[in-house]
Amino acid sequence: MSTTTTRSPSPALIVLFWLYVGIPLALGIWETLLKASALFH
Amino acid sequence: MSTEATQNGFFSKERITAPPGFNRWMIPPAALAVHLCIGQAYAFSVFNGPMTKLIGIQQPAPDDWGLPALGWIFSLAILFLGLSAAFAGKWLEEVGPRKAMFVAACCFGGGFIVSSIGISTHQLWLLYLGYGVLGGIGLGIGYVSPVSTLIKWFPDKRGMATGMAIMGFGGGAFIASPMSVALMEHFRTPDSMGVAPTFLVMGVLYFISMMIGACAIRIPAPDWKPEGWTPPVTQKAMISRNHVHIDQALKTPQFWLLWWALTLNVTAGIGVLGQASVMIQESFRGAITPAAAAGFVGLLSLANMLGRFFWSSTSDYLGRKTTYGIFFVLGAVLYFLVPGMGASGNVALFVLFYAIIISMYGGGFSTVPAYLADLFGTRYVGGIHGRLLTAWAAAGVLGPVLVNYIRQYQVDHGVPPGQSYTVTMYLMAGLLVVGFICNLLVRPVAAHHHMAAETDGTPLGASLAHQK
Repeated sequence: MSTTTTRSPSPALIVLFWLYVGIPLALGIWETLLKASALFH
Repeated sequence: MSTEATQNGFFSKERITAPPGFNRWMIPPAALAVHLCIGQAYAFSVFNGPMTKLIGIQQPAPDDWGLPALGWIFSLAILFLGLSAAFAGKWLEEVGPRKAMFVAACCFGGGFIVSSIGISTHQLWLLYLGYGVLGGIGLGIGYVSPVSTLIKWFPDKRGMATGMAIMGFGGGAFIASPMSVALMEHFRTPDSMGVAPTFLVMGVLYFISMMIGACAIRIPAPDWKPEGWTPPVTQKAMISRNHVHIDQALKTPQFWLLWWALTLNVTAGIGVLGQASVMIQESFRGAITPAAAAGFVGLLSLANMLGRFFWSSTSDYLGRKTTYGIFFVLGAVLYFLVPGMGASGNVALFVLFYAIIISMYGGGFSTVPAYLADLFGTRYVGGIHGRLLTAWAAAGVLGPVLVNYIRQYQVDHGVPPGQSYTVTMYLMAGLLVVGFICNLLVRPVAAHHHMAAETDGTPLGASLAHQK
């Protein structure tokens, strides 16, 4: 097995990466829930 | 290029093998960065209306494209998703996830750009080639490539890990739909619907986002285990420690039983998803406005996304076979009860029942990679998963055809539209009963299908026979 060339990422980078995928998804879900509220009015 | 350069290049498996102590929680967002992009496919219909008015702008002109012709773009994309996942699976296991994700990014992003040229020059065949063929290949490779990597990183939580990624595919539409609408409004002029520049921008954005995922992805060293975790001493019958080669898996009854189980589970869900808006308006005639029906469709998409994470995570505790058993039993019961909710005017229960049904539709997709890993081992699970996804393509045809044609047949024979879904729902319940039987018949894979240790895929039975 050859030697690996990668390092372990810092916890801050991991949090940042989760925010990068999480924030757009959360905004999209929020918008959907607002539209769905019309169903029960 | 020298052999050494190829072996240690940016895309090589050696380059992306994680060092000791690497934090595995970096991998799920890398997978999500890809799946949230390709999940855009569920929101493709937002372009249908504007693309029928590219020339007429205010209303469709005689030379504008019609909806049936535009419908082929999405159908082609799903067809090539299934084909590429099936045929690229073996290659994917050889080259590793980074190269596969790079190819997926080029195809998916490139597909948008080719389509943008097709819209600008009003040549429909470029959209078929761009989004349909290229984009579809990007969808298939992008869908499968991070899944087997996640299974290897999370041997203790296989279901939860694959659920996180595949949840992203269900959630991609929540980002793509408002983004597409906002971009088209931004680029719209009195002479243009703004669709071509929207495709161009989205192609570039999706390429960048998928490349971020490709750059961040890592594979664990072959002997790596999560810190403090040891494989269970008592072996569960349905979780194999052996591996089955990708070609050998197709010769097992387990693969085909699961193929049918997935096909029937997806068929039951996909037909409803496509007709949800019309169905709720016809079931509660006068009580549900088109805006409220759009809210219902949004809620079902949310249930689809959340179900992908919930059910596959639950399967880590209940077992895959039990979880699939719940999909079929609970699904059949709910399909049987739903027509009654429509007749009694109970909107809340109608919505709740369909939300649970669609959560199990999503759960079927996200639980199946872990089910495959349990039965066939982790070594070729990406490729085997890719081949199983042909079930998706089959269900994509079967589900809408069943729902649409049976409904139309009933309406043509005098059944009121509000009651025209009753027979279809009972038929879906019947399909799920057949799926339950398929799942019930799944047993551990016979030992003669297992690979001998460190071979090129020779089944254990064959290698033993050779030694005699």
